Amino acid sequence: MLPTELRASLAEQIASVDHPRELLVDVMFAVQDHYGYLSDQAVEEVADLLGMTPLEVEELATFYTFVYRHRVGKYVIHVCDSVICWMDGHESLVEHLERKLEIKMGETTPDGLFTLLPVCCIGYCDRAPAILINKKVYGPLTPEKIDEILAKLQGEA
Amino acid sequence: MNKDDLTERFASILRRADRRARERRNEAIPTIYIVMSTCGLASGAAETKQAFEEALSDKDIGARIVPVGCLGHCYAEPLVVIDHPATGFPPICYHQVTVARARRLVRSYLEKGDPVFEYVLGALEENDLIPAVTDFARFNLEQRLVMEHCGRIDPDDIYQYIAAGGYSGLVKALCLEPEELIDEIETSGLRGRGGAGFPAGRKWRLASTAKADGKIIICNGDEGDPGAYMDRTILESNPHQLLEGLAICAYAVGADQAIVYVRAEYPLAVKTIKGAIKSAEGVALLGSTILGTTFSLNVSVFQGSGAFVCGEETALIQSIEGKRGMPQHRPPYPVEKGLWGRPTVVNNVKTLSSVPPIIKNGTEWFRGSGTETSPGTAIFSVVGNVKHPGLVEIAMGTSLRTLIFDVCGGIPNKKSFKAVQIGGPSGGCLPESFLDTPIDFDSLTQAGAMMGSGGMVVMDEDSCMVDVARYFIDFTQKESCGKCTFCRIGTRHLLNILDRITNGEGSEQDLELLGTLSEDIKLGSLCGLGETAPNPVLTSLRYFLDEYEAHIKENRCPAHKCRALTAFYIDLEKCARGCEVCVGCCPVEAIFTTRGRKKAIDQKLCVKCGECAVVCPPEYDAVLKVSPPELAPTLERTPDGK
Repeated sequence: MLPTELRASLAEQIASVDHPRELLVDVMFAVQDHYGYLSDQAVEEVADLLGMTPLEVEELATFYTFVYRHRVGKYVIHVCDSVICWMDGHESLVEHLERKLEIKMGETTPDGLFTLLPVCCIGYCDRAPAILINKKVYGPLTPEKIDEILAKLQGEA
Repeated sequence: MNKDDLTERFASILRRADRRARERRNEAIPTIYIVMSTCGLASGAAETKQAFEEALSDKDIGARIVPVGCLGHCYAEPLVVIDHPATGFPPICYHQVTVARARRLVRSYLEKGDPVFEYVLGALEENDLIPAVTDFARFNLEQRLVMEHCGRIDPDDIYQYIAAGGYSGLVKALCLEPEELIDEIETSGLRGRGGAGFPAGRKWRLASTAKADGKIIICNGDEGDPGAYMDRTILESNPHQLLEGLAICAYAVGADQAIVYVRAEYPLAVKTIKGAIKSAEGVALLGSTILGTTFSLNVSVFQGSGAFVCGEETALIQSIEGKRGMPQHRPPYPVEKGLWGRPTVVNNVKTLSSVPPIIKNGTEWFRGSGTETSPGTAIFSVVGNVKHPGLVEIAMGTSLRTLIFDVCGGIPNKKSFKAVQIGGPSGGCLPESFLDTPIDFDSLTQAGAMMGSGGMVVMDEDSCMVDVARYFIDFTQKESCGKCTFCRIGTRHLLNILDRITNGEGSEQDLELLGTLSEDIKLGSLCGLGETAPNPVLTSLRYFLDEYEAHIKENRCPAHKCRALTAFYIDLEKCARGCEVCVGCCPVEAIFTTRGRKKAIDQKLCVKCGECAVVCPPEYDAVLKVSPPELAPTLERTPDGK
C-alpha cells in the first residue's frame, strides 16, 4: 500500500487539473519511485487514484522505456544502442557489461544491485559510447571506466 | 493594449538587467565562465568548478564563477572562459580544463597574469596578443542566429538574457496586432526545424483562424533521432529564447496555454526550463497579464518517458493526454483539433527559438542568411568520425563539404570519408559525390536524405553501409508503435533480410525484395516514422550497391565490419616472441602459442571482439583483420599449445 501522505499529495495534484489522465506518467513515476518498480498492485493503485481501469494504466506502463513492470536492481543501467554509440563500440561494451555482471541484457544481478537494459538514443552522442545509470549519464566509456564505475557503485551500496 | 505602459514596464526590467550587468563588470575582478551543460558536466566541469573554487580560496583571490550553457564545441570540453580585465587581455577561452589545469590557471593567470598559452583555445575578441577564436573556421564559418547567446550567458539568470537583448522581441510583438505578427513570420519564410520544413507562418495562421477557445502551443522537445542533441543544448543553454518564442507564438495565434514537451532522458534540460519559466513568471514576462497587458500565458512542462515515436506531433499529443503515444490520422490536423480537441500549434524547439531574433531584427535580416526557399540557419549536431564533433549553426545553403571538412575539421586518424547520414532514421546516407550538395530542405530531400531534426553522422571508410542500414532498421523496428502492419511487420522483415546479408547468408533476390518491401512500407504507413523508415535502406542501395553485392556474392565485407564475414589473424612476421599481451585480453582463450613462441588465433573459438588488435603494441601491430574470413591463414594448435 502507498503511504497515506504520498497518496494524499498525488490525489491533491490530480484534483487540481482538468484532465487527470494527463498526470498518468507523473503518477506512475511517483509510485515507481516508492516501490522501485510498478508491480501489479501498484498498477491497480495508480488506476484507482486516476479513476482509470488497470488495463488503461497497463497500456501506458508497457509503452515507455522508463516505467518498469518488473522488479529492477538498485542501479538500472540503460545502455544506449544508438548509431554513434554503436559505431564507437557499443557491442563490446555490452559484452563487457554482461561478462562483468554475469547477466544478460534485460536481467538483474542476483544481489539485486544492477539491471541491464537497452535504450534508444539518449542524445549524448558527444559522449559515445554512453550509458545511463539511474538516469545519470556516463561516457565516453571504456572497459576500464566501466569497471571503475561499477566498483564505485558496489562500494556505495 | 497600452503600448506606452507596456514598453515602460519592460524598460524598468531592462534597467534592472543593465544595472546588474554593469555591477558585474565594474567590480573589476576576474570572471570565470564554466560550461556546465550536460556535455560539460559529463567531461568533468563540476570537478573543474570545484577546483577553481578551492584554488581561489587557497590563494585568497577574489573572482566570480559563472556557470554557462554549451558553446557547441563538444570536442574541447570542459571549456572555460576567463575574463581578467586587469591584465589587459580580452576574455580567453580555454579548452579541456581539467582539475590540474584549473589549478594552474588560478596560479599563473589569475594570480600572476600569465595566460598559460598552451591551454588557450582562442581569445573571444580580436586583439594583438592572442589569436582570436574567430580566426578558426569553426568560429568564423558559423552563423549564430538561434544559438547566439548559448554558452555566453548563465541560463538560470533571466537578467543576463534580458541584458543581451532578450525579451525585446516579445515586447515588439505585443505592440503589433497578431495578424501583423503572423504576416511577419510568413514573410520571413521560417520553416519548421523539426524536420519536415512546414512553413511556420502558415501553421500559425491556420491555428489563428480556427474558431475555438483555449488554443494551445506545444513546444516539441522530444528529440529522439539517433545522433541529435541540439534541442537538449538549447533547452540547457538558453531556455529564455525558447520561452520568448513560445510567448510570441501564443500571442499571434491567440493561445493562453503552452506546454514544453521534454524527454525525461534530459534531466538538466527539464530542470533548466522549469526554472526559467518560474523566473519569467516572476517578472511578468510569462503567466497572467504579461507586462500588464491582457495577454496571459500559462506554460507547463511535460516529460516524455522514452518513446521515439512521441516526436510525431499527433503521437506527442496522445502522449500528453495520457494515452499510448500512437500517431493518429490527419486530417484533422492539430491546428484544427489537437490536444483535448483544441486547436494546437506544435513547433520544434529550434523553430520557436528562431522567432525572437526574427521579430527583433526583421524579416530582411533573417532572409539575409540562407537560401531563397530555406532562409535562416540550420543547427546540426555533427557526430561520428569527425575531428571536432559538436553543435554547429550554419547558414542554409552551406555545402556538406564545408560543414564536415572546414567547420568540423574533417575525418580523423588519416581515414577517408565514406558517407554522411543526415536526418536520423528517416534520412539517408549520402556518398562523397554529394558533398557539394547545399544544406537546405529541398536539396537534401532531392538527394534522398532529409533535413530531419539536425543529427548528422559522419562515417569513415571503416563503416559498412549495409550494417549502417541494418542498424537504422533495427532502430525503427524497435521504435515502431505497432499500429500499421507495414511498419510493424515490414521493418521486421527488412531487418531479417539485412541480418541475413550481414551474416553472409544473403541471396541476390534479397536485393530486389529490399527495394520493393521498402516501397510498400512507405505507402502502407500512417505517420512519418513508417513513411521514412526505409530511407536508409533505399539510399544505401542506391549509392552503395557494390557493398551489398560484395556481401552477397563474395562473402566479403569491404569495410571489415560484419563479424561473420571477417576474421582476425596474427601475422607471424610481425608478432614478437615472448609478448603475451593479446593472450591475457582474449575473453575466450582463443589465442595460443605456436611452436616458434609466437601467437596465433584459434578461428574456431574466436568471437571477433577485436580486443587483441587493440592491445597489440603499436610497434608490432601484428593483429590483422581480413574479409572474407577464408583469407586468414589457419594454424592448428599444437598439443602443448595453451
